[in-house]
Amino acid sequence: MNKKVKETLRGKKVSRRSLLKGTALAVAAAALPSAGAEAAVWDAFFQKHFQELNDRDLDRIITRLEKEYADRYGKHIDVTANKPLPGVLFGYGLDIARCIGCRRCVYACVEENNQSRDPQIHWITVLRFKKGDKWISDLENADKYYNPAKVPEPGYFYMPTQCQQCENPPCVKACPTQATWSEDDGIVVVDYNWCIGCRYCMAACPYGARHFNWTRPGLPTEEINTQTHYLGNRPRYSGVVEKCTFCIQRTRKEPGQYPACVEICPVGARKFGNLLDPDSEIRYCIENKRVFRLKEEVNTQPKFFYFFAT
Amino acid sequence: MVDLIKHFFIALRQVFTGSRNYYLWIGFLVFWILLGFGTYVIQLKNGLIVTAMRDQVSWGYYLSNFTYLVGVAAAAVLLVIPAYIYNFKPIKEIVLFGEMLAITAISMCIMFIMVDIGRPDRVWHILPFIGAMNFPDSLLAWDVLVLNGYLFINLAVVLYVMYRIAHNMEYSMAVVRPLVILSIPWAVSIHTVTAFLYNGLPARPFWNASILAPRFLASAFCSGPAIMIILFQIIRKISPLEIEDRAINKIAELIAYAMGFNLFLFGAEVFKEFYSGTIHMAPLQYMYFGLHGHSRLVPWLWAALIFNLIAFFLFLSTRARENPVTLNLACGLVILGVYIEKGMGLVIPGFIPGVLGEIYEYSPTNHEILITLGIWAVGALLYTLMLKVAIPIYTGTLRFSAGTTVAAREVSGQELVQGPDPDRGGLIPDQTS
Repeated sequence: MNKKVKETLRGKKVSRRSLLKGTALAVAAAALPSAGAEAAVWDAFFQKHFQELNDRDLDRIITRLEKEYADRYGKHIDVTANKPLPGVLFGYGLDIARCIGCRRCVYACVEENNQSRDPQIHWITVLRFKKGDKWISDLENADKYYNPAKVPEPGYFYMPTQCQQCENPPCVKACPTQATWSEDDGIVVVDYNWCIGCRYCMAACPYGARHFNWTRPGLPTEEINTQTHYLGNRPRYSGVVEKCTFCIQRTRKEPGQYPACVEICPVGARKFGNLLDPDSEIRYCIENKRVFRLKEEVNTQPKFFYFFAT
Repeated sequence: MVDLIKHFFIALRQVFTGSRNYYLWIGFLVFWILLGFGTYVIQLKNGLIVTAMRDQVSWGYYLSNFTYLVGVAAAAVLLVIPAYIYNFKPIKEIVLFGEMLAITAISMCIMFIMVDIGRPDRVWHILPFIGAMNFPDSLLAWDVLVLNGYLFINLAVVLYVMYRIAHNMEYSMAVVRPLVILSIPWAVSIHTVTAFLYNGLPARPFWNASILAPRFLASAFCSGPAIMIILFQIIRKISPLEIEDRAINKIAELIAYAMGFNLFLFGAEVFKEFYSGTIHMAPLQYMYFGLHGHSRLVPWLWAALIFNLIAFFLFLSTRARENPVTLNLACGLVILGVYIEKGMGLVIPGFIPGVLGEIYEYSPTNHEILITLGIWAVGALLYTLMLKVAIPIYTGTLRFSAGTTVAAREVSGQELVQGPDPDRGGLIPDQTS
């Protein structure tokens, strides 16, 4: 009901907004008669919110983005915009008993998702705890900068964290421009062309899952993953927020692929699947293991389940 | 339209003519503005990486200044309440100057937000109708509405009254009174909403405490009026405007109450956190004793607490309030104390320890400090220019008037009648006497 009301409101806004923007575009077009590059700049400036784009708008924008990326990186980057698959709600499982703290997931994620290498942005943070120390609700003793010669270390255990893809996401509620939202398959995404970089979502996130591009991301051409999704791993801008999307560019494909972190994990600690499919691996974990979710006291209802298989 | 252009030029001439000290002051401000602007260009080019903010502490000095200034803006209401609710005349005559301070503070708030966001080119996305404002879910969307509303109300009152006086016309209390009355709950609302902006985040236990909004209000009602007391003394010294001692004393008395309440609320918070000793005590421990060897804020926050305590006792004593030395000392202490406590002392501990337990100690870089100084200089310039036009209008030396030909007439001291009496709907100073 509430959602419906909001949608109607949104509908009303659109008409007025497109009118205004149309006028502004006309003015811009008159001011810049033939300059192609500048036209693209204005096009980017007046680009609408992702959820208001029709297929034609989206095609035009993707063509522009691909050209922009080709100019910047000297390489063709494929930008897709696959929609959520019907009947799918993604869920994630992490077996703490198996995790050895090797951080292969961290770097596989960086490579897959075109995170900035300099300065480094990591969507996954692996926390190390001393056995017997407090953890889960008080992370005071967590160490994310552990750096031993060999893992696992005796006397320690590890808990990787990343975006928990909450059903009740505080970041979405906080965002003043609706630049981040929950998709129908449960993935919380960011429109990098709509985010104003206020970082309110980062203050709101209880999991430290949101990361800001404090400067233009340092992404070497030879390391770019050219298979990208508009709402996922396409190269980002300076001054916008980004986060884990369950590898939206892989998981929304048909046939789908696992997220990069699931695929790389050498001990099989990471599980992924469709929560709506009773035969999925994630459903098996939830029904047969004792799962818990991080910081349940803040009632974010994550779709990211921790468990102990052994 | 022609009239408007003419008025603009009258105001322009007024602003460009002044004493040597006036030019020096303006030059001083322009210097800091240019320096701040140049630094901002560097920040625009390289991104916010030139600041000390990082993912762990994602808001810093800019947001601290923003938070403090929302308090200053809201404090104009402290003048309005005695003036219009209790009909306290000495304050009524200077309410407009408090409202101009509110206009200045809100403009500075907007500038601090603009320098803090990563994509200022996209700021229109936050606006209703043309953008995609997330209303009513996002408290930041609420803040945009209430801050701009407050700016509009204060601008409307000031412009209307000044316009009428400048044209030798009476202003109607039927227009002014509802706006002024509306501005009282509105001032409370800008404060409450800004407090809720922090308060509504369960991820940050330090902010997620119900005492936050009341403390916000209490501390705002200390520092804003303290700034006004100092400004009013400067104004009456360098301009012919008369401001009664009674008005200043009344404001000082109000600060004493507000500070007493502020200290009480602080005590309540300290008791709850330290006596129950849960994990949510960590930010307060970081602030006053240091956490795991990290103690960068500790000296600042103790200083703030001591300043506030000294100021409270000074304001409490009638004799200290009436003595200009102790009065100004107390005002200075309150301004500094609240600036630390409601600025960095509120924003930074929200992030320490971080949501994953990390402690990242933040202190602003030179870039942040220069940009911040630049914005304060813009604020000072804005207020100076407003006074430069408003005071002569108020005292009757400047008229845009149709009918009489006086534009920027020199009037001898004798003719400087006090401002119009709002009780009677604006009595015009006698031009012919």
